[in-house]
Amino acid sequence: MSKIKPGKGSPYARILGVGGYRPTRVVPNEEILQHIDSSDEWIRSRSGIATRHWAGPEETVAEMSLEAAGKAIANAGISAQQIGAVIISTVSHFKQTPSIATEIAHRLGTEKAAAFDISAACAGFGYGLTIAKGLISEGSAEYVLVVGVERLSDLTDVTDRSTAFLFGDGAGAVVVGPSAEPAMGPTVWGSEGDKADTITQTVAWDRFRVGDVAELPVSEDGELKFPAIRQEGQTVFRWAVFEMAKVAQQALDAAGVSPEDLDVFIPHQANMRIIDSMVKTLKLPENVVVARDVETTGNTSAASIPLAMERMLATGAAKSGDTALIIGFGAGLVYAATVVTLP
Amino acid sequence: MAYTQDEIVKGLAEIVNEIAGIPVEEVKIDKSFTDDLDVDSLSMVEVVVAAEERFDVKIPDEDVKNLKTVGDATDYILKHQG
Repeated sequence: MSKIKPGKGSPYARILGVGGYRPTRVVPNEEILQHIDSSDEWIRSRSGIATRHWAGPEETVAEMSLEAAGKAIANAGISAQQIGAVIISTVSHFKQTPSIATEIAHRLGTEKAAAFDISAACAGFGYGLTIAKGLISEGSAEYVLVVGVERLSDLTDVTDRSTAFLFGDGAGAVVVGPSAEPAMGPTVWGSEGDKADTITQTVAWDRFRVGDVAELPVSEDGELKFPAIRQEGQTVFRWAVFEMAKVAQQALDAAGVSPEDLDVFIPHQANMRIIDSMVKTLKLPENVVVARDVETTGNTSAASIPLAMERMLATGAAKSGDTALIIGFGAGLVYAATVVTLP
Repeated sequence: MAYTQDEIVKGLAEIVNEIAGIPVEEVKIDKSFTDDLDVDSLSMVEVVVAAEERFDVKIPDEDVKNLKTVGDATDYILKHQG
């Protein structure tokens, strides 16, 4: 048996830079109300969402990713040529193959960086971050670009009064690289496939090919409806608040960080009610700054945590070097939580 | 130890007060959570989870929709308590 030499990685990794892109068009609740029987007050009380950004035709998954990635690379102070791997987390890139990551790696000007997409819905950013850390520690890449990007407006049924107001579009990116000291705690992550039906795309794509359209959802005009995301609100709420609070606590414990030592909490921006209830359940001290970007961004799935992180750093709500607990959770069901040092 | 009906109503009143800010004296057996007590579907989940802990009972999601009034919840807990 030959002796195989292992790679030389960096034992520790760190988020070095963050960047975000929010589509230019801001969609207020009034516009959502054109299609559903509801009210601005109802939407705000159930979700805390006042406005969200919806992408225009030019603001594709690729273009939004490039914008966010470019900012993250500049913020990290490296060049695209130094990136060894590009990981894109998305559920709203509508071309099965090739991945969107290869296009991003090429257009950013990387030197043939490894590139692939991952599908972990609203936990996608944490999944990507965890993979990035692994690649860096075992030496397959020195710098890794992780992008969460979504055009969830494309997967929104504007006539579904329980979800029409929830989703938004955007991209958030980070560059992860080597660090002299630990700056990312262990990830507490997992999946609960027994709850797969609680958040799901309404119709699988291949149903359209089969031509068996008998039971497919149709609009009032009799047109086949494009697939959308639907969810069981109460079930997801219970899981998100109470089960995810336990996961968040485990991530703190795994990193050896007490709530008192925490500066920032950035939960996936799904719904303000989930965020508020989670903060209460976790009994976070008042000095911990909590991301509440969902109010003006809506739920942007994999993009929500890096977008919130970028905004908190830009507004001064959080600062470089702060210790932040992040947790993503969503369709799968899947989840990932970890403690990181902010770039 | 099993809780009595009065104890359960009193406990639910405290939970509803904590979660929705409704005065405890308004939480009576004939009151509807949504229509009378301003407990929306998400707050109802919080009430249910708090009740589970307090009364050592499991209330699955599919049963939550049947708990329209404080009396419904009280009966459910009386029947299912451990």
